[in-house]
Amino acid sequence: MSTNEKNSKTILEYISEWSRKHSLFVMAYGTGCGAIEIPSTMTSRYDAERFGIRGAATPRQADVLLITGYLATKTLKRVIRVYEQMQNPKYVIAFGSCTINGGMYYDSYNTINSLDRYIPVDVYINGCMPRPEAVISGFVKLQEEIAAGRCHKGEKYIENLEWYRANQKKIIKNWRMPDYNW
Amino acid sequence: MEDLGIKILGAILTTIMAFAVGMTYGGITRKLTARVQNRRGPTIWQNFIDLLKLQSKKSNIAHGFMGHMAPAWIIIAAITTLMFIPVLNGNLWFPNLTFHGDLIFLLYIMVFGSLGMALGAGQTGNPNSAIGVSRGLSQMVGFEIPFVLALVGLMVQYQTTSIKDLMEVQQQTGIWIMFSNPFSFLAAILASLGMFRYSPFDIVGAPAELASGPVSEFGGKYLGTMMSGGSIFAFIKLTLFVDLFMGGAGNGSDTGIWATLLGIVILLVKTFSLYMIPVFYGWVSPRYRTEQSIQYFYRWPLALGIISVIWAVVL
Repeated sequence: MSTNEKNSKTILEYISEWSRKHSLFVMAYGTGCGAIEIPSTMTSRYDAERFGIRGAATPRQADVLLITGYLATKTLKRVIRVYEQMQNPKYVIAFGSCTINGGMYYDSYNTINSLDRYIPVDVYINGCMPRPEAVISGFVKLQEEIAAGRCHKGEKYIENLEWYRANQKKIIKNWRMPDYNW
Repeated sequence: MEDLGIKILGAILTTIMAFAVGMTYGGITRKLTARVQNRRGPTIWQNFIDLLKLQSKKSNIAHGFMGHMAPAWIIIAAITTLMFIPVLNGNLWFPNLTFHGDLIFLLYIMVFGSLGMALGAGQTGNPNSAIGVSRGLSQMVGFEIPFVLALVGLMVQYQTTSIKDLMEVQQQTGIWIMFSNPFSFLAAILASLGMFRYSPFDIVGAPAELASGPVSEFGGKYLGTMMSGGSIFAFIKLTLFVDLFMGGAGNGSDTGIWATLLGIVILLVKTFSLYMIPVFYGWVSPRYRTEQSIQYFYRWPLALGIISVIWAVVL
């Protein structure tokens, strides 16, 4: 966030952060078993749309990327491409213990253990799996962070790209992607 | 000179009103859809919030010149078309560039925005965009024919190609064209189901199938501009239908503030009730396939369009 000489938000920044908070387009990309919680979060019973959360079909239109559970090394490549195609400001919500320390797949040969070594994560939701209430509380937490102006992980990712790329290339041996995807 | 100034102010007012009304109708539709699905739903201003968010995205990507220009093209086409639609009947505050034959001109310029979308989507190189564009153009071949037949029916019946003349006929006789030529109205309404692209005719966007089709590579301010253009287009179509079939709104002779406000309220009531037809139809319908969608328009809508022309000739 750029600041003026009084080190306070301008009206324009206040408005744009308010609008970002109340309009979250979620990338419809389910990576693990947690994707099954998304339909019930979106439909009649829990109705995430009342918070301004709606699905976006492509990464270009999306604001939020959900990593719903374990992330296979094969999927990681696609997740990186999707994340890099999203436009700033962009946010990542990680579901469940699998994204934090590997969860029940901690010793698996083909899942990654700690997601934030590969892409920056804004909000973790714990549980295996988190219920829709927990998912919504995670979204509300993300909204609070956005309103407070603390979510700049997209820019941080570009700044620290070398570190993230080195970690990603350790996992993805056949790196046949452009080095700069956005 | 003062006259010109008032006309420019009026044009700006018309554009702002079209934008605000189109966006609000979209928001009300989202709310109503949520209530029908037993959800609480977003606020009716959600579309404005989404637009603000999209416009305040920090990075925006364009794939080449046409990809950059397409949203601008769409919004320019929308505003140009809006200038030829009589919003209120002969009101000073809503001037328009009316001329004899503007109904035929409108038929051409209304597809201009879709052309811009097709060119922009073509340059992104996304296969979903290409499929979406081809579907959209196929569907347009479907609904344009009954729509044009319906309008030809009106032109033959009243021997005019001017929207203003058609409105005046309705003002003088006191009978709306939806009653004096009901077949034309029905054909046009069925064609409008395809124009608004709600279910079952949402084959162009088709989020679950085509990843939102032509707009799949557009994000941020590009998507926001396209959304604004689409909202203005929704207002244009609705106002055109009200002008042609429901006698328009507003009293031409009186341009006082209360008469203008009353005219706007009447216009909103009429356009909203027309807008609910494709929305209601969408709630109870799943999505058609492309060929089913085209065949739909080649059955009853086409037959009603032909009947409307025969009706006009016989009368």
